[in-house]
Amino acid sequence: MTVVHLPGDRSVRFRPRALAAGAACAVLALAVGVFTIGGGNYPMSPAEVLRAALGGGTPAQDFVVNELRLPRVVTALLVGGALALAGALFQSLVRNPLGSPDMLGFTQGASTGALVVVVAGGDSLALAGGAVLGGLLTGVAIYALAWRKGVHGARLVLIGIGALAILTGVNGYLLTRAQLMEAARAVLWLTGSLDGRGWQQALPLAAAMAVLVPVALIGHGRAVRVIEMGDDLAGALGVRVERVRLAVLAAAVLLTSLAAAAAGPVSFVALTAPQVSRRLTGAPGPNLLASACTGAALLVTADWAAQRLFGDHQLPVGVLTGVAGSGYLVWLLARERGAGRI
Amino acid sequence: MPVRPPGERNALRAAGLAGAALVLVAVLAFSVAFGARQLSAGAVWRGVFDDGSAAWTVVREMRLPRTLLGLLAGTALGLAGGVMQALTRNPLADPGLLGINAGASAAVATATAFLGMTSFGGYVWFSLAGAAVVSALVYAVGGGRGATPARLALAGAALNAALYSYVSAVMLLDSDSLEKMRFWTVGSLASAQNATSAAVLPFVAAGLVLSLGLARPLNALALGDDSARALGARPGLVRTAAIVAVTLLCGAATAACGPIVFVGLMVPHLVRALTGPDLRWVLPYCAVLAPVLLLGADVLGRVLGRPGELQAGIVTAVAGGPFFLYFARRARVART
Repeated sequence: MTVVHLPGDRSVRFRPRALAAGAACAVLALAVGVFTIGGGNYPMSPAEVLRAALGGGTPAQDFVVNELRLPRVVTALLVGGALALAGALFQSLVRNPLGSPDMLGFTQGASTGALVVVVAGGDSLALAGGAVLGGLLTGVAIYALAWRKGVHGARLVLIGIGALAILTGVNGYLLTRAQLMEAARAVLWLTGSLDGRGWQQALPLAAAMAVLVPVALIGHGRAVRVIEMGDDLAGALGVRVERVRLAVLAAAVLLTSLAAAAAGPVSFVALTAPQVSRRLTGAPGPNLLASACTGAALLVTADWAAQRLFGDHQLPVGVLTGVAGSGYLVWLLARERGAGRI
Repeated sequence: MPVRPPGERNALRAAGLAGAALVLVAVLAFSVAFGARQLSAGAVWRGVFDDGSAAWTVVREMRLPRTLLGLLAGTALGLAGGVMQALTRNPLADPGLLGINAGASAAVATATAFLGMTSFGGYVWFSLAGAAVVSALVYAVGGGRGATPARLALAGAALNAALYSYVSAVMLLDSDSLEKMRFWTVGSLASAQNATSAAVLPFVAAGLVLSLGLARPLNALALGDDSARALGARPGLVRTAAIVAVTLLCGAATAACGPIVFVGLMVPHLVRALTGPDLRWVLPYCAVLAPVLLLGADVLGRVLGRPGELQAGIVTAVAGGPFFLYFARRARVART
């Protein structure tokens, strides 16, 4: 822990390793992004990509970068960051490394909203709206059901898992009601894909994150860290536990739903990114900013791999995160089990 | 409540079991009598026994196989839930929630999509293998003393998510399997044929015999390993046998009708309220009452979903969910 004293009796304290790891992830995310934009049928060098992105390229480069490839990469960065931040907040609130929104039913709520739109035959804008609405309604319902003189972490987990099982049933039913073509579209959406994502997906998410990320990081970051030590201790230290929990849950549910609206419920980013960042930073606590950077790096890398590694056959990015995340999960179960945290 | 002498208690339990069996017979009759096409009681009767009657096809080739499959799968899932809850000493252990059924379905998805298997006799072995791997994994995670209900349920949810994302990846890569799998993955009795029930029967029968035989040693194990050894049980052997039983039951049930949740959770809980914790009574009650629940869900789905139907797995998920939520809100379970 390093402390820097500022003039006027103020000081800033940080862990050099955590800061370095977070910065490294952010740089990695951006570098992979630039590299991804430079690949494909119209290859460009990183320098050309940067020049075009800043407005100095040829018209062809400008079109390929700013209209076709940059929005997709920006969406990947934002979705990865949002999911990872939401995952870190949830894992911290329920004090369990597996407590990410896709294990607690919140993501499935967004899926239900989107599937209702698919079955009703709505367009992609309505689908995004349905996802946000479904996620929010599920969040409110789970919070209300878990409330009993406060929302206890373990009860939130159990109610969330119950909601997950119900909504999985409902989603399966909605899939059987759709026509085959729509069902294929729905399964693609449910897996999570960045194909054809443009500025109309990236910009709303960016605007929402501009509000939500500071609320979570600056407004409640410190309180979340204290609550991890236990409700009683946090109360004794002057944290209003229930208020913080409500605000943080609301922010996390919004982040999850908006990310799902932009790219579909990309699985396992919310679960793995906070855990990876915790190991990179070597710091206890939720590691919110580092998690968000890790998530962005993970998703943009997964999207690069999904586009390039399988020849002509482009996979949706959710397949890759799902498979990689499953492997990581088994490792995590074995390891955390040994340490007695699961 | 006055404490009754053991003999009287057992007589009461036996009478209760007989009553439960009567309820099961009634539900079996309902399941044959109700469906998309409305038939009078006389027509159903002739459909069962007279191969020249108009209702023969509907009753003998659609409703009867489906009812039989519901009976077998319900028995399997209820017993598996009872054994799993005893094995992990965890009231939330349900083969569906813990991912065992999902493990079986991931293996079946692999068999149908990549190896082109379409017959039950082919992919049931994959289903068993998938169920075995996940059962062992769940036991490794949740069998110890440190595992609380919430933690085990969360580990199961994570495994479920991993396996589900694999299944949806398979469906995505191959639209033929999407067309088949999207109906199978919700859990349904609709595709039942006489051959399916006949193929499931040996697995369920073996699982049934094994679980009922394990009732007494599992009772001993509930006292802790040391006491169990003193009572003559061998903990390692009992646990292995219990995992084998759960694998047989869940693997066969899932291969036949897809992953179904909550049956294995709800039934043992309701049963324990009637019988108390003694597994020698809990397990037979589960075997009789779980098919009541599954077939009831199936009949309800046929009635609610007209002219089509709601799959039984959806009805159990939506109806079992509130039960689970009620249970989760009670303070005792939710303590970490």
